Amino acid sequence: MTLTIPSFTLSSIGPWLTLTGTAILILLVDALSPKGRKAYFPQLSLLGLGIALLQTFRLWNHTGTDFARMVYVDNFAFFFYAVFILGTALTVLISRHYLEDYGKNLGEYYALLLFATLGMMLLAAGAHLIMIFLGLEVMSIAVYVLAGLFREDAKSNEAALKYLVLGAFSSAFLLFGIAMLYGATGGSLYLDDMAARLAQAGALTQPLTLLALALFIVGFGFKVASVPFHMWTPDVYEGAPTSITAFMAVGVKAAAFAAFARVLFLAFPALKVDWVMILWVLAVATMTLGNVVAIAQTNIKRMLAYSSIAHAGYLLVALVAANQLGAVSLLYYLLAYTLMNLGAFGVVILVGRKKDSYLSIYDYSGLGFQHPALAAAMALFMFALAGIPPTAGFVGKFYIFSAAVQAGYIWLAIIGVMNSLVSVFYYLRITVLMYMKPPEAELGPVAFTPALTTVLLVTAVGVLLIGIFPGFLYNLAVNSVKIFPSL
Amino acid sequence: MIRFPIVGGMEILFFILAGVALVSGVLVVFQRHPLRSALWLIVNFFAVAGLYLLAHAEFIAAIQIIVYAGAIMVLFLFVIMLLNLRLPEAVGKFPHIGQKILGIALAGFTALILIYGFSLAKLPPAKEAAPGLGNTEAIAKSLFTDYLLPFEVTSVLLLVAIVGAVVLAKTRLK
Repeated sequence: MTLTIPSFTLSSIGPWLTLTGTAILILLVDALSPKGRKAYFPQLSLLGLGIALLQTFRLWNHTGTDFARMVYVDNFAFFFYAVFILGTALTVLISRHYLEDYGKNLGEYYALLLFATLGMMLLAAGAHLIMIFLGLEVMSIAVYVLAGLFREDAKSNEAALKYLVLGAFSSAFLLFGIAMLYGATGGSLYLDDMAARLAQAGALTQPLTLLALALFIVGFGFKVASVPFHMWTPDVYEGAPTSITAFMAVGVKAAAFAAFARVLFLAFPALKVDWVMILWVLAVATMTLGNVVAIAQTNIKRMLAYSSIAHAGYLLVALVAANQLGAVSLLYYLLAYTLMNLGAFGVVILVGRKKDSYLSIYDYSGLGFQHPALAAAMALFMFALAGIPPTAGFVGKFYIFSAAVQAGYIWLAIIGVMNSLVSVFYYLRITVLMYMKPPEAELGPVAFTPALTTVLLVTAVGVLLIGIFPGFLYNLAVNSVKIFPSL
Repeated sequence: MIRFPIVGGMEILFFILAGVALVSGVLVVFQRHPLRSALWLIVNFFAVAGLYLLAHAEFIAAIQIIVYAGAIMVLFLFVIMLLNLRLPEAVGKFPHIGQKILGIALAGFTALILIYGFSLAKLPPAKEAAPGLGNTEAIAKSLFTDYLLPFEVTSVLLLVAIVGAVVLAKTRLK
C-alpha cells in the first residue's frame, strides 16, 4: 500500500505554529532556567502573539481550504485570529502583577494561555467537525486548569471542578451531535459539503439532523454561557483567578461564537427556521436573566459574570438575525466586547489587589476622588458595556438590533433594547458609587505597573476609537463574512 | 412507532452487549466504593469493545481493550489503592433525593426524544470501506492522508493535558 500525503502549505496555519512553538519554548525556558529567574514569560508570550498577528495580516484575503479540506483559510477565521490575539495579549499584560501577588507567576500559566488561544483558532478555522471538536477540547482543557490555578483557594478549586465536569458533559453533547450528523450525511463531516449532503438525503434523515442540531445548540450554548446552560458561569467566573475570568469572558465566548456561527450558517441553512426559533427563545431568556440577576450582585466579578451572560444574549440576537448585517455585528461586537470587558477587568485587578480583598462593588465608593484616572477609565468601560454613545458598545448594539429589525424580528429588537435599559442600572451604579459616594475605606496606593497602564490606555482608546469611527472595522467585518453564501 | 429490526444472530449479540454495557455503566455510578466502580468500568469497556467488533471495527476494538481496559484501568486501580480512599460517610439516607428524581426524569425524557428521532430517521447507506484493505490499514491510510492535521493536533491536545496535570499536581499545598 502506498500513501500519498496530501499537499499543504505550512504558512496557512502559521499563527498556530507560532503559538505552539512559543508555548513549548516557554515550557523549556521554565524547565532549564535556574530558580528565581523567571521574569521573561510575559515578554516571550507577547513576542509570539505579535508574530502570530503579523502572520495573520499576511494571510489576509487568502481564500480556500488547506490540509485536505481540514482548515479554512479565509478572512472570517483571520478576523477572529486577530480578536483572540488581542484578547490574549491584554490578558498576558494584566496577569503578571496579579500572579506575582499570589506567588504564581508560572511559565506554565503563559504556555496554557497560548495553548488555549491555539484552541480558539482551531475553532474559528476548523473546516471539519473533528477539527472543531479538537479545538474546543484544546481550549477547554487549558482553561479548566487555568481556572484552578490557585490550588490553595477553595473557590478556585470549585471553579475548576465545576467547569471541568459540566464542560465534559457539554462536550459529550456536542460529540453525540457530530455522530448523528455523520450518520445523516452518509459519512462526511466536512462543513463545506454538509449542507448539500443533508439536502440530498432530505426528509429521510431530517429527524436525525434535527437531533444533531439540538445537541449542537446545547454544546455551544454551554460554552457561550447562554440560559439555560449558564449555571456554571457565576461560580466559575467568581472563583477563577481574575485574569482568567477576563480571558474566559472574552476569548472562550468569542471562539465558541465563531464556531457556532460557522456551523449554523454553513451546515444548517436548510434548517434555518428551526434554529432561528430556538435561538430566539434562548436569546430572550439569556438577555433577561443575565441583566435582571446582575442587578442583585454586590461582588464585582459576579456582576461581570451575569453581564457576560447578558452579552451572550445580545450576540445570540445577531445569530437569530442570520443576515449579513447580523454576521457583521457579531464580529464587530465580539471585538468591542473584548476591549471593554478586558478594560473593566484590568480595573478590577488594579483595585482588588492584596489577594482579591477589594471585590465588593462598595469598595469602588469614592474612587473618583482618590484615583480620578482609574475611575474615569472604569466609568468609560461601564458606559461601553451599557451601550451608551459614543463608545463601541453603543455601535455594536446598534448594529445587532438593526440586523434584527432588518430580518423582521422587531419584538426581539425591542426586548433587546429594553434589556439594555435594565443593564444601564447596574453599570451606572458603579459610576455613581465612584463619583457620588464618600470612600468607605482608604484604598491606599494603587500599583500602576506599566503593563496595566498600557492595558487601560489601549482598551480605553480602542473603545472610543472604534465607537466614533466604526467604518474601518465595519468594512473589515463585511469583508470577513462574504464567505457565507446563505446570508 | 419504534420498528425493531429483524432479529438475527448479530442483533441478539448486539442487544446482549448493549445491555451489559448499559447495566455496568449504571453500576459504575452507583457503587459506593471507587474500587468497585473501577472494576465495573472494565466490564463496560469489554462490552463496548464487543460492540466495535460487531461494527467491523476490529482495530478500534483491540485498542479499546489494550489501552482502556488494560493500561488505563491499571493506572486507575493503582491510583485508587495508593490514595487509600475510605468509604464516604453516609449523608442521611437519601441525599439530594429531589435532584436525583428530577435528573433521572429528565434523562429519561431525553432518551425518549432520541429514540423517537432515531425511529423516524432512515439512514443513507454507509460509506464503503476501501476494497482490499484491512481495517487497520484503512485507518492508517486515512490518519496519514485526510486526517493528517487532526492527527497532529491531537498530539498538542495531549501535551496540553500533560502540562495541565503537572500544573495542578506539582506545587505542594502549604
